[in-house]
Amino acid sequence: MSVLSIADVWKEYGEHVVLEGISLEIAERSFVALVGPSGCGKSTFLKMLLSEERPSRGSILLDGAPLAAEPEAGRGVVFQRYSVFPHLTALGNVMLGLEIGASRFWGKLWGARRRAAAEEARALLEAVGLAEATDKYPAQLSGGMQQRLALAQALATKPRVLLLDEPFGALDPGIRAEIHQLMKRLWHERPLTVVMVTHDMSEAFTLATRVIAFERRRNEPSDGGRYGATITQDIPVWPPRVAGQVTGLFESPGRDDPAPVAGTSRDDLALQGVRA
Amino acid sequence: MRLINRRPEAGFGRLLMIVPFVLVVLTYLIASAARLAENPADKLLPSPASMMAAVTRMAFEADKRTGDFLLWVDTSASLGRILAALAIATAISLVLGIAIGLLPYLRSLAGGFVAVISVVPPLALLPILFIVLGLGETSKIALIVIGIAPFMTRDLALRVSELPPQQIIKAQTLGASSWQLVLRVVLPQLLPRLIDGLRLSLGPAWLFLIAAEAIASESGLGFRIFLVRRYLAMDVIIPYVIWITLLAFLMDRLLVLLQARAFPWFAGARATA
Repeated sequence: MSVLSIADVWKEYGEHVVLEGISLEIAERSFVALVGPSGCGKSTFLKMLLSEERPSRGSILLDGAPLAAEPEAGRGVVFQRYSVFPHLTALGNVMLGLEIGASRFWGKLWGARRRAAAEEARALLEAVGLAEATDKYPAQLSGGMQQRLALAQALATKPRVLLLDEPFGALDPGIRAEIHQLMKRLWHERPLTVVMVTHDMSEAFTLATRVIAFERRRNEPSDGGRYGATITQDIPVWPPRVAGQVTGLFESPGRDDPAPVAGTSRDDLALQGVRA
Repeated sequence: MRLINRRPEAGFGRLLMIVPFVLVVLTYLIASAARLAENPADKLLPSPASMMAAVTRMAFEADKRTGDFLLWVDTSASLGRILAALAIATAISLVLGIAIGLLPYLRSLAGGFVAVISVVPPLALLPILFIVLGLGETSKIALIVIGIAPFMTRDLALRVSELPPQQIIKAQTLGASSWQLVLRVVLPQLLPRLIDGLRLSLGPAWLFLIAAEAIASESGLGFRIFLVRRYLAMDVIIPYVIWITLLAFLMDRLLVLLQARAFPWFAGARATA
């Protein structure tokens, strides 16, 4: 059963065609990586999944129903920057979604309900490795920690799909490998369907179950932007990753090591600082 | 070494800070002494002693006619006006600024209007205010509000639009309604920026206060200095000006302190933005 069905979606700005004829079924519990050169429209596509932009033609269905015209609680997002709120502590950032959901007018909880929300948020912070940083403001956190916080914040409202827009693109390779590990673990442990935009091939193949490449078939200056990008590759990652099944036959750990659970395997090129 | 790379040591830096103040005071003392040596009855540059006497008379002796301690009566009248005006301007600009900055419909409706209103010279409106609102407190407070509220509104609307769009999208994906977005995301981030705007508005606010008091009033710091101007009473005017400066400076410092205390996250967020 596909969570997202995208049927013949076009995006045009006047004469300029950004995307043409995009059709895609995204299955429950899959982790789809969108790759492609800069300016190929992969971020525009993600914005459409988020309802930040609307397709010029075609339809996008979420669980069989057309997407709402504006961003909503069912679709969580982590951006490369500015995903967390600078005026809230780490705990406050994760609690925000819970508080907004529970208190329609004030968007804020008090007393026992607040304590319950704080407990839930603390568990999430612990899950992303920020148990020590609950009372820190984002400006006091490193880039990697901010992105961990952004993940926890997005997961707090249990979104149907999680959209990631180059979330780890600004991080150092070592930090990125760590957060890849975290991302894998979260995806295995929680009922997540993920769509991630990245320009990093190794990241795509490290994390995803399926890698989709966007490209313009024709990109001559004389075309005047009349040809948009479309899906040129749709690669199921081999060996197949199945959510929740951490130690599959092919989930290879280091060559001579005993299999670590959801460990960084040697194929994580980010670990070696290699960028595709 | 280049000039841009030369830095004073901490202690020397503090010493440098007081140099201009000392220079001004010294220059005054010398000029005053020179004039008074020539003509002991000179009123233009009174001696520190005569200014002290004037301050004692204004602050610590009851006025013979009214029985009031004039400096304190003037100060409380002026502070009451300026604080009321600042509070009103803050409330107006906060509501309008957020609404214009956040709601496209209101931006279309009111954005241009506020931009035009904010260039109307407030002092040119003062006669209208006196005619419509009378010579009482209302017209003075209204002048200050008209003088600073449009600027603060535009400033806040601009600050709202400077919030990263990702934050607004993010809040929506957490389920926030427009109202919740204002309450939990926009307003808390705007308050420290409001203090910045308020600090910049302090100068104009005092300007309009003194102007309104000078023209039609029965009390207030501005009223007093324009009243005693008739007698060339520089021994009262100069201490009053220093006192006004001190009050304005203290208000500014208080706002800085409030910003640091009430919004501990703001300095860090500003540095990394």
